[in-house]
Amino acid sequence: MLRVENIHTYYQLSHILFGVSLEVGQGEIVCLLGRNGAGKSTTMKSIMGLTPPKQGTIEFKGKVCTGHKPYLMARMGIGFVPDDRRVFADLTVGENLEISERNVHEGGWNKDRVYNFFPALRSIDARRAGFLSGGEQQMLTIARALMTNPDFILLDEPTEGLAPLIVNMLEEQIARLKESGLTVLLAEQNLEVALRLSDRGYVIDNGAIQYHGTRDDLSSNEAVRNKYLCV
Amino acid sequence: MEFSATVTFSALMQQVLVGLSRTTILFIVASGLSLVLGVLRIPNVAHGSLYMTGAFVTYTVATLFGQSTLGFWLALIVAPLVVALLSFIAERGLFCHLYEREHMMLLLFTFAFSLVIGDLVKLVWGSDYRSLVAPVFLQGSFSISGFPFPRYNLFLLVIGPLVAAGLWFLTNKTKIGKIARAAAVDREMVGAIGINVSWVFAAVFVIGCYLAGLGGALVAPTQNITQGMDHAIIIEAFLIVIIGGLGNIWGALLGALIFGLTDSIGILLWPQFAIVFPYVAVVTVLLFRPQGLLKSTW
Ligand SMILES: Nc1ncnc2c1ncn2[C@@H]1O[C@H](COP(=O)(O)OP(=O)(O)O)[C@@H](O)[C@H]1O
Ligand SMILES: [Mg+2]
Repeated sequence: MLRVENIHTYYQLSHILFGVSLEVGQGEIVCLLGRNGAGKSTTMKSIMGLTPPKQGTIEFKGKVCTGHKPYLMARMGIGFVPDDRRVFADLTVGENLEISERNVHEGGWNKDRVYNFFPALRSIDARRAGFLSGGEQQMLTIARALMTNPDFILLDEPTEGLAPLIVNMLEEQIARLKESGLTVLLAEQNLEVALRLSDRGYVIDNGAIQYHGTRDDLSSNEAVRNKYLCV
Repeated sequence: MEFSATVTFSALMQQVLVGLSRTTILFIVASGLSLVLGVLRIPNVAHGSLYMTGAFVTYTVATLFGQSTLGFWLALIVAPLVVALLSFIAERGLFCHLYEREHMMLLLFTFAFSLVIGDLVKLVWGSDYRSLVAPVFLQGSFSISGFPFPRYNLFLLVIGPLVAAGLWFLTNKTKIGKIARAAAVDREMVGAIGINVSWVFAAVFVIGCYLAGLGGALVAPTQNITQGMDHAIIIEAFLIVIIGGLGNIWGALLGALIFGLTDSIGILLWPQFAIVFPYVAVVTVLLFRPQGLLKSTW
């Protein structure tokens, strides 16, 4: 579904990604593991077109779409859940969802279905998103991405900084998204969370992919874990 | 120094009403400026020139119909639309390529735009002033406890709240309004949910400039329509936007009220120095709330 090949991304003059390549197949949850500053978010943003790579290609659903504007990537079916959440703080929860609605179709996501998926959001429909707790904001960012009816979703550290109870709930819901057929690229620092959710994983460090393996490879390979992840 | 000690209540009321009708014009112009500043982050110096264009087009359209009532209504509809069209062309042709530039560049580009419009106006209408009479049913005045109050000012007092209500509806109840509010804070994320922000900006820019044109159309029967009316209004409008809170439409309303009322009451209290009152009010506000009265979107 997604193929990233040898991308190099810069912030102005600083070179951040050095030839990152990865692939995500239809229906998979693939994780991108790495410590803080490794380049996970930059990879996500490069795929989304927010920080277009200077070199390399991004292919989605068989089409090359390197350098496409973010709104085109979203329209092609990519949902984006940024690590810093970026809810529209001045808008209510309901309004955040309304303006995100896209590709409406029978059996797709709409406000009601999203509220059934995250019941906690329904009761705060009229609250301004800027006044939500971290957990509520995280649910809202995922809900907002779902409202665009994506086939593929970029989840950037969805559980970071949240209470264990909410982390568990989010994990369950992410697993349910996979069951419903959604494909996910999940950025994580937390190996436990990543292993519980994903089928395969890439380990990124210093802007380059250092290791790639199945869930079992990752959980058994202690050398990789000690070298690239803080445990 | 002549400080009029005999300010009667009815004279004060009359000046308050005059001030409120001035507020209407100021609010309409400043809210458009604020909208563009808040959502697009463009300090549009040409806003005053569009206001002037609105006034001249109003004159021409109304005069085509012999300055009749029909001509006035037509001009009131057509002139802001002409200004909106002009701004649409400028936005798609020039500004839409510049959104990523820093503010100084945007300021320079809008300044250039204001010079171009200024010259166009001079080319079309020459440098003479024009004047336009209000339609018959809005001419003359009626008396409020002995003081004459112009009918046209009353008309402005009706239009002001209508425009405010329209803007409230637009920003809070329509999808484009909600998207614009989101884009004011995080345009990148608005793109990431599949919205082509460029067209949102075009729409907001055109609406903002439409308001400049509407202000110019409404002011046309109340004063001489001249070169230079662009400079006067743009300074006032920027001050209003700054004391109200950048990008906040309700701040623009508050700022326009302060500006309009201090101006008109100043005339009553100290006619020779009336012009300083609004500026003293601006300085006072900024001393206590340098970030503006209401929450800025910046
Ligand atoms: N906007 C930015 N400008 C400059 N450098 C940045 C910016 N964002 C991130 N970086 C740098 O890029 C590197 C990778 O960051 P990031 O992709 O956010 O890592 P991760 O998401 O894995 O924590 C870091 O060294 C970080 O300092
Ligand atoms: Mg990150």
